[in-house]
Amino acid sequence: MSDSQGPIWEVFVQKKAGQPFVHCGSLHAFDKEMALQNARDLYTRRNEGMSLWVVLSSAIVSSSPEDMGPFFEPANDKVYRHPTFYQIPDAIGHM
Amino acid sequence: MENKNFEDIFEAKMAKNEIIEPKDWMPDNYRKHLIRQISQHAHSEIVGMLPEGNWITRAPSLRSKLVLLAKVQDEGGHGLYLYTAAETLGTDRDELLNALHTGKAKYSSIFNYPTLTWADIGAIGWLVDGAAIMNQVMLQRTSYGPYARAMVRICKEESFHQRQGYEIMCHLSFGTSEQKEMAQDALNRWWYPTLMMFGPPDAESPNSENAIKWRIKRESNDQLRQRFVNQTMEQVDYLGLTVPDKNLKYNETKKAYDFSEPNWAEFKNVISGNGPCNKERLAARNEAHKKGEWVRAAAAAYAKKNKDAVAA
Repeated sequence: MSDSQGPIWEVFVQKKAGQPFVHCGSLHAFDKEMALQNARDLYTRRNEGMSLWVVLSSAIVSSSPEDMGPFFEPANDKVYRHPTFYQIPDAIGHM
Repeated sequence: MENKNFEDIFEAKMAKNEIIEPKDWMPDNYRKHLIRQISQHAHSEIVGMLPEGNWITRAPSLRSKLVLLAKVQDEGGHGLYLYTAAETLGTDRDELLNALHTGKAKYSSIFNYPTLTWADIGAIGWLVDGAAIMNQVMLQRTSYGPYARAMVRICKEESFHQRQGYEIMCHLSFGTSEQKEMAQDALNRWWYPTLMMFGPPDAESPNSENAIKWRIKRESNDQLRQRFVNQTMEQVDYLGLTVPDKNLKYNETKKAYDFSEPNWAEFKNVISGNGPCNKERLAARNEAHKKGEWVRAAAAAYAKKNKDAVAA
């Protein structure tokens, strides 16, 4: 297997300090250091970010599209979690 | 029964213009079509590095050398974005590269033409990247999420490629008469191969129907080709050059240019491996891959030894 490309890593970029890290794509690398260097070369050639995360793709746990309905269902009937559920007197204005 | 249900969900998403993500159920033919199209696209980026690489050592100034290096590096990057997008569909990198190296997979026919003069580097950036952008702008709204996201990144980067090409064409077209001749010669040779990049006419395009139905493509080959000609002619006129087509002229009624079709027999011939540079390109790819083998082996061995290493 001398020709394998190494495992797949997912890359997250933070554009500016204070902003969230956003997924931008994936790449192959044999270890952490190489993953970080490859991510820099591949995803930040034009100052797209100031900080990078790389994580093994196989380490990511995700929900399944088939379960989407039941999995997120508990949020559906809780309108009282939204600010518009509450009546505030007009006299108070914006709150 | 179960499958039928999944298919209904898929079709409903298509009808609502929704995006399909890697873990969503999709019909086998949709998956196959995407793997074929995205990997061909990736191979085109990688093979596309070769005709331009030919001029890196001979670029006429340090500035043009730096620019060309950056452009070729971008194309390597674009190939990698696309390979990883294809890999989300359940194929792997070795399999994709193997298909390229054995000649089983196709790539854009344009890269089987030679770059004979420096003007060719201008013509490629201007025309070939221009045509690619036209196709890729459409693909930013393709129905498969990872492909669409790769296209957004690629389109942002391609604009520099086209502008640097046109800048070279300007320098030559407004330079000495020999330089202008060089620019005209490059335009003559690249015009029809560029028109071929959009693929065969709609009536003879075997993969188009599904691609449109599944919103992988949103516009037809002929529509994109027409738009390219309309958009490019003003740029040709500005340079004081002419396209090698005596039938090309503006049609007031259709508010678009009439133009001659490329030679489709030549297109088929080049696609099937008999273009001027097919063998050279494939040999160069194979050699580069083989020469990189010790690097991959060393990286794998180092990772295995290192305590930070992760199991592949």
